[in-house]
Amino acid sequence: MKLYEFEAKNILKENSIPVPLSIVTEKYEEGYQFFTSSKPVVLKAQVLTGGRGKAGGIKFANTEEEYRNFFQNLLALKIRNLPVKKILMEKKLNIKNEIYLGYGILRSEAKIIFMISKYGGMEIEELAQDKPDEVIKYPINILSGIEKEEVRKTIKKLGFDEKITDKITDIALSLYKIFTEYECEVAEINPLVITKENKVIAADARISIYDEAIHKHPEYKKEEDTYTPLEKKARRMGLGYVEMDGDIGVIGNGAGLNMATLDIIKFFGGNPANFLEVSGRTYHKAKEAIQIILLNPRVKVIFGNFFGCISRCDVIADGLVRAIKEGVVKVPMVVAMRGTGAEEGIKKLKDAGLEEIYEDDIDAGKRVIEILKEL
Amino acid sequence: MSILINKNTRVLVSGMTGKEGTFHTKKMMDMGTNVVCGVTPGKGGTEHLGLPVYNSVKEALNKHEIDACGIFVPAKFAISACNEAIDAGIKLVVVITEGISPHDSLKFISNAKRHGVTLIGPNTPGLLTPQECKIGVLATEYIKKGNIGVISRSGTLTVEICYYLLKEGFGQSTVVGIGGDPVVGSTFRDIYKLFEDDDETEGIVIVGEIGGTMEEELAQYIKESKDKKPTVAFIAGQNAPPGKRLGHAGAIIEGGMGSASSKVNALEEAGVEVARVPWEVGKLMKGRL
Repeated sequence: MKLYEFEAKNILKENSIPVPLSIVTEKYEEGYQFFTSSKPVVLKAQVLTGGRGKAGGIKFANTEEEYRNFFQNLLALKIRNLPVKKILMEKKLNIKNEIYLGYGILRSEAKIIFMISKYGGMEIEELAQDKPDEVIKYPINILSGIEKEEVRKTIKKLGFDEKITDKITDIALSLYKIFTEYECEVAEINPLVITKENKVIAADARISIYDEAIHKHPEYKKEEDTYTPLEKKARRMGLGYVEMDGDIGVIGNGAGLNMATLDIIKFFGGNPANFLEVSGRTYHKAKEAIQIILLNPRVKVIFGNFFGCISRCDVIADGLVRAIKEGVVKVPMVVAMRGTGAEEGIKKLKDAGLEEIYEDDIDAGKRVIEILKEL
Repeated sequence: MSILINKNTRVLVSGMTGKEGTFHTKKMMDMGTNVVCGVTPGKGGTEHLGLPVYNSVKEALNKHEIDACGIFVPAKFAISACNEAIDAGIKLVVVITEGISPHDSLKFISNAKRHGVTLIGPNTPGLLTPQECKIGVLATEYIKKGNIGVISRSGTLTVEICYYLLKEGFGQSTVVGIGGDPVVGSTFRDIYKLFEDDDETEGIVIVGEIGGTMEEELAQYIKESKDKKPTVAFIAGQNAPPGKRLGHAGAIIEGGMGSASSKVNALEEAGVEVARVPWEVGKLMKGRL
C-alpha cells in the first residue's frame, strides 16, 4: 500500500524527523491563507505515482498571481492518468545540499538494505544506474537490528561536519524504526535537505507498507487509485485481475499459469486483455470472473486455461457452465482443461454446448488466434 | 536419490487439525509420506487422521524423532509456528502459508539461517519426491519418478511443466517450490546446488517469473560453475505490464528491476536454454539429455 507524501510526512513528524511547515488541502482559500503567512511556498500534487516533477506536479509560488494559477492548474492536472485530489503546500526551503536516505528489502539475502547517497533528488533506481559508486548501501539482519555507530560511520563518508552528521544519523535511525514498525516495502527520504541555516529537513518522502501488514495500520488503508475502475471492482469481489490493452480475455487458475497464458497468447501473435486468476478461495467464481472480463469492451475472445490441482477442473467448469447457461458468455470462448477433475469438467462443458474444448493449452492457444482472425 | 526429502523423512505437520491442514495431510499420507504427528496449540492429547496431536513442537519432540515440519497455519500465526519448529531443532521447515507479512518472513528466515535450518517458502506449494514423500500441496498425478530436478516459484505452473515433461518421457527426482513471495528462505541458487550434488538428478528445470533478481543470481552461479548439468528454464510473465502485481506477491516489475527479459538474457548467457512457452521445456530438455 503506497502512502501519499503527506501521509508519509505525518509518520516522519510523529517520529521526530523534521519536515517543512505545511498544510494539505484542496480548498483555494485555505491554501491562500497558508501562502500569505508562509510565502514563498511550494505546491505539490498528491498522487501515488513517480514522475511527478517531470509531469509539472511541483510548482514554486512567490507571488499571489503564481499561487492562483498554480493552485487551480494542479487540481486540474492528471499525472500518469491519475487525478490530483489534494495539494501539499510547504514553506520553501533554502537548499544547500540534497541527499538520498532510504531503506528497502534485499530480496536475495532476506535482509533489510540501508542506502544513502550525497546525490539526492533523483530516483534511486536512476541514481543506482548513473552513479552506482555514489550509492552507499549495506544489508541489515532484521534480528540484529541497526547499529548506531555503523550508520554514523557510513554517513560520515558523505563529508558533512559533525553536527550535520549527527542530525542525519538520528534521522536514519528514526527512519529505520518507521521501516520496521510499519512493515514497509520502501521508506525513503529523497531529498533530505541540508538548508543554508544548517537544518536537516525531509523535503520529500516515499513510504509503502506491505499489503499483508496494512491491517495493522488501518488509517492508511485505501483503495489505491492506481487501479482501473474494473480492477477495483474485481478486487472487491476477491478476484486478482489486471487490465491490459489487448483483445483476448484470459481466465485461469494459479498466478504462474496465468502469467504463462499471457506468454502463450503473445507466442501465437495475439494480445491479452487481462490477467485473471481464479484459485484458492475464488476458484468457484468462474462466472463472476467472466462477467468482469466482458465488462472490458475490447474483449473479442475468451481463453480459459485450467490445470486442476487443489482448484478442481470440475468445480471451475460448474462456474463456466453457469456463465454459459445464463447468457453471460457473449463472445467465443476456448477452454483448455487438464489435471484433477478435468474429465468431468470437460464433459460438463460439452453438455452445456461449448464446442472449443481442448486438453492442452498449445492447442487451445492456437485456436484462440484462429478464431480471432475469423471474426 | 533425491534432495531434501525421501521415504525415510519423518514429518510433523503444524496446523494439521485445520481445514487445509487436514485435507493436505491426508493427501500426503495417501502418497506414502511418513507423517508422524501434528501440532495444534490447545488440541494436545487428541488424535487426528489416526495420528497423535501435540500442543507444541517441543512436546512432540519428546515422543518422536522428526526430520521435517510442514507449516499450514494461518498467516498471523506463521511466525510463531516457524520459530517454534526452528528453535526446537527441526532441520527442514516448509512454509505453505500464504499472505505472511514479509517482515515476519525476514525474522523467521534470519532465525532459520542462524540455526542452520533449511527453510522453504513461504507461499510455496512445497516439496515432492515421487513415490516417497510430499510436504505441501502439489498435485501428484503428473509428477512421476525420474531424473529431472524441478525448482519453481509457482504452484499450478509447476504441475503444468511436469505434465509437459512427462509427455517427453521425463519424471522428477524431486520437485521444489521455493515460493511466490518477495522474500523466501531458499533461493533458486540454494536449491540448484543441492540438485548439482544429487547423482540421480541428470537435468534441472527452472520455473521462474517476473520480480526480484533470484533468476539472475542463479545465472551468475551457473556461469561460474564447472560441471554443468543440462538446465532448461521458463520465465512466466514475459509480457507482464510493469508496476502491476500478477497474483503472487513477489511477481512485480518495479523501478526497471525484475523484468523477464533481464532474467532470460542472464540465463541464456550462462548457457541455460530458455523456453518461450511451457510445452517447450520438455522438448528442450529432450535435446539436452
